[in-house]
Amino acid sequence: MTATGEQLDQTQVQLSHDEIRRYSRHLILPEIGLEGQKRLKAASVLLIGAGGLGSPLGVYLAAAGVGRIGLVDYDVVDESNLQRQIIHGTKDVGRPKLDSAADRIADINPFIQIDKYHEPLNSENALSILGDYDVIIDGTDNFPTRYLVNDACVILGKPNVYGSIFRFEGQVSVFYAKEGPCYRCLFPAPPPPGLVPSCADGGVLGVLPGTIGTLQATEAIKLITGAGEPLIGRLLLYDAAAMTFDTITLRKNPACPVCGPQPTITALIDYEEFCGVPAHDHSTYQEGGALVRAITVEEVKARLDAGDGLLILDVREPVEWQISTIEGTLRIPKAEVVNHLEQLPRDCDIVVCCKTGVRSADVIRQLQGQGYARLYNMAGGINAWARRIDPSLPVY
Amino acid sequence: MASIKIPTPLRQYTGGQAEVTISGRTVGEGLHDLVRQYPALGPHIYEDGVRRGFVNVFLGSEDIRFLQDEDTPLAPDSKLRIVPAIAGG
Repeated sequence: MTATGEQLDQTQVQLSHDEIRRYSRHLILPEIGLEGQKRLKAASVLLIGAGGLGSPLGVYLAAAGVGRIGLVDYDVVDESNLQRQIIHGTKDVGRPKLDSAADRIADINPFIQIDKYHEPLNSENALSILGDYDVIIDGTDNFPTRYLVNDACVILGKPNVYGSIFRFEGQVSVFYAKEGPCYRCLFPAPPPPGLVPSCADGGVLGVLPGTIGTLQATEAIKLITGAGEPLIGRLLLYDAAAMTFDTITLRKNPACPVCGPQPTITALIDYEEFCGVPAHDHSTYQEGGALVRAITVEEVKARLDAGDGLLILDVREPVEWQISTIEGTLRIPKAEVVNHLEQLPRDCDIVVCCKTGVRSADVIRQLQGQGYARLYNMAGGINAWARRIDPSLPVY
Repeated sequence: MASIKIPTPLRQYTGGQAEVTISGRTVGEGLHDLVRQYPALGPHIYEDGVRRGFVNVFLGSEDIRFLQDEDTPLAPDSKLRIVPAIAGG
């Protein structure tokens, strides 16, 4: 099977002498050969996300000679990306990731075309962007975009080379509804907001996206060239801590709302609403439910200086308290808060803080459910405190 | 005894345990034994007595939804795992 169709017009695609020298290790590989290399040259692959997974993907697919690579990313390179996003360098901090990644790719292989989409993928632009590529690779970092990519691929009939990571765990599969299950067959519903933290809040082993992104690149090359057995209908589970690779069987869900025989989702929907979380930090999505009141770090500082009776509850993990803390705070990790309500007075204002304000908002919703009313979310978290109140603390 | 692998996002409710020994004649009994041992896990696996949509349970390499779901027999050496939805990239 090849994702780009069985027919390749041999007269349309030619390799120059320079390209033949460059790709010689592929050309002598029976599973790839001249025809496979021409297929790679004729192929187009869209990488959604130029971050942790997108880094090895961009590098290896460019080196392999994929003729046209599309990159979708709206972000700029931040210092905290460099621990894992190896397509970017220290000199690129502050540059758009697209420009940085495109420079690196062009340096690796000047024979390929790079298309740049400097925008967040959404329900309005997804079908037109994805429609122009043979293989779609999901290297995003949030649930709304993962469901969006899946549904768009099912609607367009494209293979979706999926990879995702969290801390020491990774997953890889090829969701291709024409030949097997889709992402929704496995995950009909997203987890509730707050259960699975992002890598920014939960951490990730820097080399993990290297492993998973490289496996995704392998699958993309197999789909294009027809070599080997693609990971359709199988999910690879990688545990870097235990150093185990397990493969489990995925089956098409006959009741799947998007790829089943009677689909109820036939057009793209509002994925932030579906998942209950924003897709990215440029989003204007507002979470529903009870109001979470915000307080700025400047207001917190002024109230502390005025001797105002104020309790600051720091809900980060113990490893994070070793990086930075505000003096005099009560420290209870997020998952433990509900077990320590006796330490939380109901008759004074409680300011809840975490790294950036995401986990603290979750804790406030939990406490509201326990009848607490005098709660404030410290906007921007302790990183905002470090930037604006106490520069002696590091930002992480 | 049968065992169940706990994925990273749920380990905060099992005191960091990555694998838990469970007893029961069926997958359902095993899952309830897991919740009995770690009650904080309960709301993340069941809602009003029904297993939540994002909780995928596999026996060996097979999804229990395509076996006999929670009625699937559990052998003493059975290895269950919860396959988590993760989204990092």
